[in-house]
Amino acid sequence: MQSAVLFKTVSRHYGDVRAVDAVDLEVRAGEFFAMLGPSGSGKTTSLRLIAGFEQPTSGHIEIFGETAEGVPPYRRNVNTVFQDYALFPHMSVRDNVAYGLMIAGMGRKQRRSKAEEALELVRLPGYGDRATSALSGGQRQRVALARALVNEPKVLLLDEPLGALDLKLREQMQDELKGLQQSLGITFIFVTHDQGEALSMADRVAVFNEGRVQQVGTPEAIYQRPDTPFVADFVGSSNVLPADMVRELSGRAGTASLRPEAIRLNGGSGPEATVVGLSYMGGATKVRLAFRDMTLMALVASGGVVPQKGDTVTIDWAPEALHVMGQGT
Amino acid sequence: MSVVTASAILPVQPGLLARFSDVLWRRPSVLLAVLLGPPVLWLGVIYLGSLFALLAQSFFSIDEFTGLIQYQWTLKTYGELLHPVNLDIIARTVLMAAAVTIAAAIMAFPVAYFAARYATGRWKALFYIGVMLPLWSSYLVKVYAWKLILAKEGILTWAFTKVGLMPVLEAFLAIPVIGGNSLSVSYIGTFLVFLYVWLPFMILPLQAALERVPPSLLEASADQGAKPSQTLRHVLLPLALPGVVAGSIFTFSLTLGDYIIPQIVGSSRLFIGQAVYAHQGTAGNIPLAAAFTVVPIVIMGFYLWGAKRLGAFDAL
Repeated sequence: MQSAVLFKTVSRHYGDVRAVDAVDLEVRAGEFFAMLGPSGSGKTTSLRLIAGFEQPTSGHIEIFGETAEGVPPYRRNVNTVFQDYALFPHMSVRDNVAYGLMIAGMGRKQRRSKAEEALELVRLPGYGDRATSALSGGQRQRVALARALVNEPKVLLLDEPLGALDLKLREQMQDELKGLQQSLGITFIFVTHDQGEALSMADRVAVFNEGRVQQVGTPEAIYQRPDTPFVADFVGSSNVLPADMVRELSGRAGTASLRPEAIRLNGGSGPEATVVGLSYMGGATKVRLAFRDMTLMALVASGGVVPQKGDTVTIDWAPEALHVMGQGT
Repeated sequence: MSVVTASAILPVQPGLLARFSDVLWRRPSVLLAVLLGPPVLWLGVIYLGSLFALLAQSFFSIDEFTGLIQYQWTLKTYGELLHPVNLDIIARTVLMAAAVTIAAAIMAFPVAYFAARYATGRWKALFYIGVMLPLWSSYLVKVYAWKLILAKEGILTWAFTKVGLMPVLEAFLAIPVIGGNSLSVSYIGTFLVFLYVWLPFMILPLQAALERVPPSLLEASADQGAKPSQTLRHVLLPLALPGVVAGSIFTFSLTLGDYIIPQIVGSSRLFIGQAVYAHQGTAGNIPLAAAFTVVPIVIMGFYLWGAKRLGAFDAL
């Protein structure tokens, strides 16, 4: 399959700051790709490198097989949904959506009908005459999406587009985005710091940290088989066990990750730990355990027996739940 | 946790001032009245009141034989404004103000854009000092300095001669109407000095307007396929327009009213400000001076109305 976006040892440095550092990345055509990482991890800079707002300090970028470095944003068939939506305040919703078509020289009448089609696609039919200031956050987000999609880009970039929405609206938009991507077949590249969002929406996820890609894979692989302690911790807050503890507990070599939900309390014979904290999360209760010189997180699903703070419990887990990540790190 | 008091509500502080604070907190309207009273009195009664008293003079007329003012309501003085000589003065001033405003906007834009988009820290400080510094020195000194620069024996003529470009300057001065014997006695000279003196008043509002344009809007425009020139036309200029209009209100109205610059640098033909000065002073024709004063006010009124019609304030 052709790759939509290809990074070959791409770096973007600002003086001493290595925002993106020797990143290799491949986004396949037609996939929903998420770039996940904490703020300052280089995910947004990578997105801006694809959009053309930033130029790489070194390395090579291809978009559908064509060299992208040195090409200004207005010559890239790539559109962006901005984090702050970046709607033009002096234009109506329709003029915002039709902006790219107007720039491309399309006639007024055709522009109008194309814009209306795009607005229908994001379920805002008939909103064309409104001022952008009269819209709610969710509606602005849809207008920004329509403005990007109306140009029928080869790649659609989304920079934390759901960050400003409340939880319910965010979940609804997640479903809609996923549905849109599947029906349109456009490559979506989605930047987020929310691991739940990345896992639930993306076909594949790249986890960024400190300007580097830590791991690329399917959500399932990222969640179940993290390559590095960072990925284990960031994606779903796994417990990371040091190498000597892993050797003692399982006989295997290397640091390992252990999902909180994989830890069983008082389920059989196992090492002892002390409950030091409880937080009720609705669907489950998070239990903080003091185990030797470290703190472990365990989850008790609702309906399960929740221990009291100060209790001593035994902990155990299925052997395959302990995922060894490798030596050293 | 406080050691000082255990009660949840603190007791009323003793003293009149503390009690007054409580009153102000409970009744914000009292606070507003206290704050706004003096400036509103000053602006409304003394400032605007005396302006209207002055403007009312324009509805009186002067007796041509005795030179005394006749206190009878009449539009005769406004009729005098329509005399070709006076219409010339008005047209000359408006054209000069328009030329200065347009040139100031064109010159200010790159400076303001740099300051708003790129300048940070030390460069920003340098920008503000560079723009404001000329405002700290006396206006008269600057105008006379310009007279020396523009004079036939001045620095500019000297520099043009040294680099062998004197024919260019002479050809420039040979342009009818706006040219003249030397820069310091031509409309070009007046224009240059006006442009210099009022430029900061265009740069500062324009910079403030450009600073309010989020960079993501410019990126979004480029993302949508717009070349920089298209982004300038469709996004940046419309959003900067309120700043241009704010700046042009300064440059336009200040040029309309100024009487010192055209007196020191330029041809001897009058501008509105000079006409007001001459009529209220030597000629003693207060009604006509007042009528001339009304002209810039009316022009600015039309100007703002037109700007509003064009949507200059829509992006505010």
